Amino acid sequence: MSFSFYEGLVFGLVAIGVYLTLRVLAFPDLTVDGSYTLGGATAAVLIAGGISPILAMLAAIGVGLCAGFITGLLNTKLRLPALLAGILMMVGLWSINLRVMGGANVSLLREVTLFDMVADFLGLSSGSIVVSIIVAFVFAVIVFFILNWFLRTEIGLSLRASGDNEQMVRSLGVDTDKNILLGCSISNGLVALAGAVVAQGQGFADVGMGIGMIVMGLASVIIGEALFRPRGVARLLVAAVGGAFMYRLFITIALRLGMAPGDLKMITAMLVIIALAIPYIQKKLRHEWVPPAVRW
Amino acid sequence: MKRKKVLTAIIGIALVLALALPLSSCAAEKKMYTVCITQIVTHPDLDNHRNGFMDGMAEEGFIEGEDIAYIIRNPEGDMTVAASIADYFVSIKPDLIHAITTPCAQTVVAAAEGTEIPIVFGTVTDPVAAGLIPSWTEAAPYVTGVSDWADVPTQIDLIIEIVPDCKNLGIIYNAGETNSVVQRDELVDEIAPDYGLTIVEATAASTADVYAAAMSLVGRVDAIWVPTDNTVFSAFDSILKVVEENDIPFFGSTTAMVEAGACAGAGVDYYWIGQQCAYMAAKILRGEATPAEITPMTCEMLIPAVNLAAAERMGVTIPQSVIDKAQVIEE
Repeated sequence: MSFSFYEGLVFGLVAIGVYLTLRVLAFPDLTVDGSYTLGGATAAVLIAGGISPILAMLAAIGVGLCAGFITGLLNTKLRLPALLAGILMMVGLWSINLRVMGGANVSLLREVTLFDMVADFLGLSSGSIVVSIIVAFVFAVIVFFILNWFLRTEIGLSLRASGDNEQMVRSLGVDTDKNILLGCSISNGLVALAGAVVAQGQGFADVGMGIGMIVMGLASVIIGEALFRPRGVARLLVAAVGGAFMYRLFITIALRLGMAPGDLKMITAMLVIIALAIPYIQKKLRHEWVPPAVRW
Repeated sequence: MKRKKVLTAIIGIALVLALALPLSSCAAEKKMYTVCITQIVTHPDLDNHRNGFMDGMAEEGFIEGEDIAYIIRNPEGDMTVAASIADYFVSIKPDLIHAITTPCAQTVVAAAEGTEIPIVFGTVTDPVAAGLIPSWTEAAPYVTGVSDWADVPTQIDLIIEIVPDCKNLGIIYNAGETNSVVQRDELVDEIAPDYGLTIVEATAASTADVYAAAMSLVGRVDAIWVPTDNTVFSAFDSILKVVEENDIPFFGSTTAMVEAGACAGAGVDYYWIGQQCAYMAAKILRGEATPAEITPMTCEMLIPAVNLAAAERMGVTIPQSVIDKAQVIEE
């Protein structure tokens, strides 16, 4: 349970990243699998090289921002479809991640990580789950306040508007390309930060650590929306983290009950399908008009 | 109003579960040892390892269901789930955790930090680089185990014995697997110059790339060897197709690979590694030694294995001298 709290908070960052691109910008960005590992790899290599964990994490955010920026460039300047741009970045980042780590796996088990630093500072043992939760909570809160403020500023509003109705925003003289670049960068920066935190928490970065991250982010966003039915920026952000928590809690319970982990992916897919289909079925039952499905 | 009800319900359920989960694990009276086992993915070698471990424990007198209860979890390649499994294992405070493969061992060791749960790792190719133990001859306070570092020179000796005029040796591996990269480095940097071999590399990032990687070697090599690579082994048949059509001698590095259709290989016996892990675990459970007192092991058991039917399909004649000393695998 307490471990799910920690996971919910960390993967909440991924969920917020996915929420930013998918829901705010209406840009289905699949870079996430790659940028998550990129963040973890960058932080791990720097920490193993003796750099302070805090600087290493800033660097992780930086490379995440760059990865997202490139995805945005592929879409806005080279006119690649959003889905394809993300997939290509995901594939390309696999090679980059291997190069960054100089191998498939970088160990942090014997290094001083942020978790050890916080544990030292608070006088707790470094393996303690309390420390993990505190670290994850602090990051979640910082991100929450920054985004909550940012999405209400003029730039933030135009970002949200370009996801709602791109043509209208264009007609008002706003450069929506810039908004897409900005949104993708922030999103992947957050995802990379999550990767950096997780790598330190689990004691290593591995080239395979990001596999399935995008699905988890999507599931979290959708579960969060279905459960909390949020209105307004603050609640949407909380819903993303809440969704991540519920998703991880569900996985933890399934594992404890002895369910085969191989089946979890199918269950995840079913959860997302059900969560997506419920609003449609509800509307149908009420005989309301439903717009055709988005095809991106 | 409705939202509040939903939230209250969720919080209620969460609280009940939080209370019920620790209770349910306490409910079973502690008469027997609890040993948790995790492996990263379902895979013949890793399954052999697990069976070797459980049989080894039985040999040591720990009968399943009577003296020992196993909790086995497999994240099927998902490292986030691997972390959840590690946390679950640590939370039920077992008598020992047996972690098979590098990522599983790393997540378990990280999760168990600050506790005194003994951990025996197995099939971790380079436990020193993985940060599990301080050096090859020294265990960590609660961590020890067995590496599957295969002795590469022995394997190359076998290839030269079967294909004496081999000059160009092909190797297929996934650059994303540490275990393969260390073997590739040893082959390219240390062994190839000594043997006067030219190494032709083909890498595959996923099982889907293995066929193309094998095809790229056709006409450029006298033989192909694969290290203990999980990706390549998962797509083994695509290599077999290529080597059998083009009559290229194809060598594996585990007994399971020879069983699967490689013509020969000085194999790492994962069942044997599992047994060694079990002997370590038994000592720890009986209180005869702490993990710190048990020196980590490498895999010394390399038995050459040959598959004569497979050799024939690749147009390879295996010398009688090799057959005599090898384990002959029937199909």
